[in-house]
Amino acid sequence: MAEPKTKYDRQLRIWGEQGQAALEKASICLLNCGPTGSETLKNLVLGGVGSITIVDGSKVELGDLGNNFMVDESSLGQSKAKCVCSFLQELNDAVKAKFIEEYPEALIDTNPSFFSQFTLVVATQLVEESMVKLDRICREANVMLIFARSYGLTGLVRISVKEHAVIESKPDHFLDDLRLNNPWPELRGFAEAIDLNVQDPVAHKHIPYVVILVKMADEWIKSHGGSLPSTREEKREFKELLKARMVAMDEDNYKEAIDASFKVFAPRGISSDLQQIIIDSCAEVASNSSDFWVMVAALKEFIANEGGGEAPLEGSIPDMTSSTEHYVNLQKIYQAKSEADFLVIEKRVRNILKKIGRDPNSIPKATIKSFCKNARKLKVCRYRLIEDEYNNPSLPELQKYLTDEDYSIAVGFYILLRAVDRYAANFNSFPGQFDGGMDEDISRLKTTAVGLLNDFGCNGLTLTEDLINEMCRFGAAELHAVAAFIGGIASQEVIKLITKQFVPMSGTYVFNGIDHKSQLLSLY
Amino acid sequence: MADAAPPSKSRDLDKLLLRPGNLVGPSFEPGVQLRDDLQEYAKVLVVGAGGLGCELLKDLALSGFKNLEVIDMDRIEVTNLNRQFLFRLEDVGKPKAEVAAKRVMERVSGVNIVPHFCRIEDKDIEFYSDFNIIALGLDSIEARSYINAVACSFLEYDSDDNPREETMKPMVDGGTEGFKGHARVIVPGVTPCFECTIWLFPPQVKFPLCTLAETPRNAAHCIEYAHLIKWDEVHSGKAFDPDNPDHMKWVYDEAVKRAELFGIQGVTYSLTQGVVKNIIPAIASTNAIISAACALETLKIASGCSKTLSNYLTYNGVEGLHTKVTEFVKDKDCLVCGPGVLVELDTTVTLQKFIDMLEEHPKLLMSKASITYRGKNLYMQAPPVLEEMTRSNLSLPLYDLMDKVPKDILHVTGTINKDNKKSSGLRKLRVIFKGIDGVTDMDMAGGA
Ligand SMILES: [Zn+2]
Repeated sequence: MAEPKTKYDRQLRIWGEQGQAALEKASICLLNCGPTGSETLKNLVLGGVGSITIVDGSKVELGDLGNNFMVDESSLGQSKAKCVCSFLQELNDAVKAKFIEEYPEALIDTNPSFFSQFTLVVATQLVEESMVKLDRICREANVMLIFARSYGLTGLVRISVKEHAVIESKPDHFLDDLRLNNPWPELRGFAEAIDLNVQDPVAHKHIPYVVILVKMADEWIKSHGGSLPSTREEKREFKELLKARMVAMDEDNYKEAIDASFKVFAPRGISSDLQQIIIDSCAEVASNSSDFWVMVAALKEFIANEGGGEAPLEGSIPDMTSSTEHYVNLQKIYQAKSEADFLVIEKRVRNILKKIGRDPNSIPKATIKSFCKNARKLKVCRYRLIEDEYNNPSLPELQKYLTDEDYSIAVGFYILLRAVDRYAANFNSFPGQFDGGMDEDISRLKTTAVGLLNDFGCNGLTLTEDLINEMCRFGAAELHAVAAFIGGIASQEVIKLITKQFVPMSGTYVFNGIDHKSQLLSLY
Repeated sequence: MADAAPPSKSRDLDKLLLRPGNLVGPSFEPGVQLRDDLQEYAKVLVVGAGGLGCELLKDLALSGFKNLEVIDMDRIEVTNLNRQFLFRLEDVGKPKAEVAAKRVMERVSGVNIVPHFCRIEDKDIEFYSDFNIIALGLDSIEARSYINAVACSFLEYDSDDNPREETMKPMVDGGTEGFKGHARVIVPGVTPCFECTIWLFPPQVKFPLCTLAETPRNAAHCIEYAHLIKWDEVHSGKAFDPDNPDHMKWVYDEAVKRAELFGIQGVTYSLTQGVVKNIIPAIASTNAIISAACALETLKIASGCSKTLSNYLTYNGVEGLHTKVTEFVKDKDCLVCGPGVLVELDTTVTLQKFIDMLEEHPKLLMSKASITYRGKNLYMQAPPVLEEMTRSNLSLPLYDLMDKVPKDILHVTGTINKDNKKSSGLRKLRVIFKGIDGVTDMDMAGGA
């Protein structure tokens, strides 16, 4: 087996060849390569991203040796970007690594078009003013952006992308798609051909629970005026009926049927999450719509027509007690229905493409297939511009966080992280950055933070003295362990954004290194 | 007046260690002394030099610690390279602990890391007592359980059954799987120990043999049939070696045949390896997150510079980002971190008889026991030299071997047979000798 694939074996088991290919195509730009930035990139370089470009104008100082693993004694006085770049290159020679010795703030101001060449920009340790500018640039150029910042025992991670649509969200726990509450004719026909009263005890205990439930639900419907069990009492009764059909205590298939009986009672139709997606205005497609929304438009038509209110069938079934023969045949029935649904959707996709003046074959079959298989799990993530959030944070949310004990430290840090930037803009250093004058710094930070809250129309007294003191104590320190944590989170989110698998975080993640009660704040 | 501090490698850490704070640990005494003591006296053991261990060593070396040791029995493999960033392709085959220690020392000057290329059970208990904090970067429940028992064995209780603070050996423990992980702080006697909350790690569900033999339904069933049933049928007596590529290929080919026979799809070589070796997917980012949390807690425990995690952090990055802190509670009847299993003995019981009793004791079920008393080996099953040296003790009364102390703590290590599963284990016993005046008087007094 070739070495590179073996090297990535443990991650290929998570995001597969396709995810890996997306990573290997991606080009990432890092702004500032202190420990937060370096650690973010390290995790991405190990995973095999295509290329990295490090932008940092600073030289390595003695203090950097104490918090950044990518620089050492021999780096002192040299370009930090260069030293970090050469260490990262050592980790994986498949990655194209380069550096630019320049301050990110300068690039943002003088050369905004620089950023449009990248798949994604990781911006670390930027102050608010630069974040806001960069955010506008990247949004305009359609480049994905993620902010990461470590500050003493706090920090934040925030994604900024106009829209991120996920087909393969791969949730951990998701109800399987068995349609026991709404079986289609072939499934019903298959179940009918199997005799629940078969005399042979071995055969009896190897009837798959899917068959048991379809037949028993049918029986119930016939004697209950066409409806499935709905009240608590009816559900209990239905389970009793199942139990009564057992001929021995060790019939696992019947136990599974009783445990799975809620699938019969479940409401028909699509989830409210999916409903939200199909009524989204983007589902009214035009010639410039993304492939994703074209497929959603087809899905919407399918649900309203052939689907009879349901999404296309996923087509896979969980393992269950069964004879091999029944199981394999059952699998085939689910696969056939799934394939039929796919063909209908594919046709609709091609028609829609034609209608909006695009090449009807521009979306590959495999993509449509994957879309159909995952139709119930689609996710659309949208992120507000940083500037909008900062100028108009959702007040009810902010008030709620400020008064909720679980959130109080995290939201306090959120406010203080913004306050220190205002402070720095006024006083040319962060509070507590230098020794001495701590009391003055504390009172200035307090005034700044209260002013910030008042600007939103919030009561400033909700910030505790303790937290303000701590923030000054941190003095803008970039601690390695905190940077490694923040960098780890940032790289994880980058991977999700690039592979288009799993669901990236929403809102702003505020790290609370005091007791680890970190929170995700949704201020929009 | 704001002064720029003179350049120092400790520039950032000093903010936390030298300045007083409001949200800090009860023992926090900020100052240069604290920073220097951390460097000079604090000793941390990192258990495991894999995905978590590599990160932990780096994080601790850059968090003010200068005396580190690392223990790991494994050698570097190609599949480690996507996350174990201290290793390079040319290191494949070398001991992880040694390479990891060397790489970190090369880059962080002034840090000393002692590697131990061996099994955790190969070290005697005294080895572990030497460290202030033990950081666990392991992927097996058995190994966690073992180190936990060792750390808890140092815990002593006073006469009121309150744990004595100076005998507490704190641990931080991390674990990851794909995009998920946990970090926790264990202070024996204060927080739950690993064993108190063992239910958090349910044993893996195995396929019933009859399913494999009679009604296979999916690819994994076919693979396990080839691996667990067919292999033995064909290779009488030859053990299957998961690291032998020929063996793996054979299992794969057999699984493919069986799948074809039953009309089952999905057997691949990669899946075969995954099922047979029980491979847990692993990536750099999750390991980085969890290790960083563990290293930060280690720094906080050692310095008091902030509050500590109380006591269990879970991280899940599959759907969005979820971190959650749960405060689990101690199991007051825990055999491992509690005061110890009480054993009442006659003064005439010999060491041999005592060892035999351990096998039958319902709470212990320990065979092949080795016994230590206050750091002294009373009987050792291995190595042969020690066995020979201690063999003569077997015929002596335990009471005499314990210096005729009426009531004291013994440590026993051996094989624990629980639920038809064997594992190495260590238990603390409170031995009380019957019919000794002192004890009776004391107990009477206590009961009055
Ligand atoms: Zn315990």
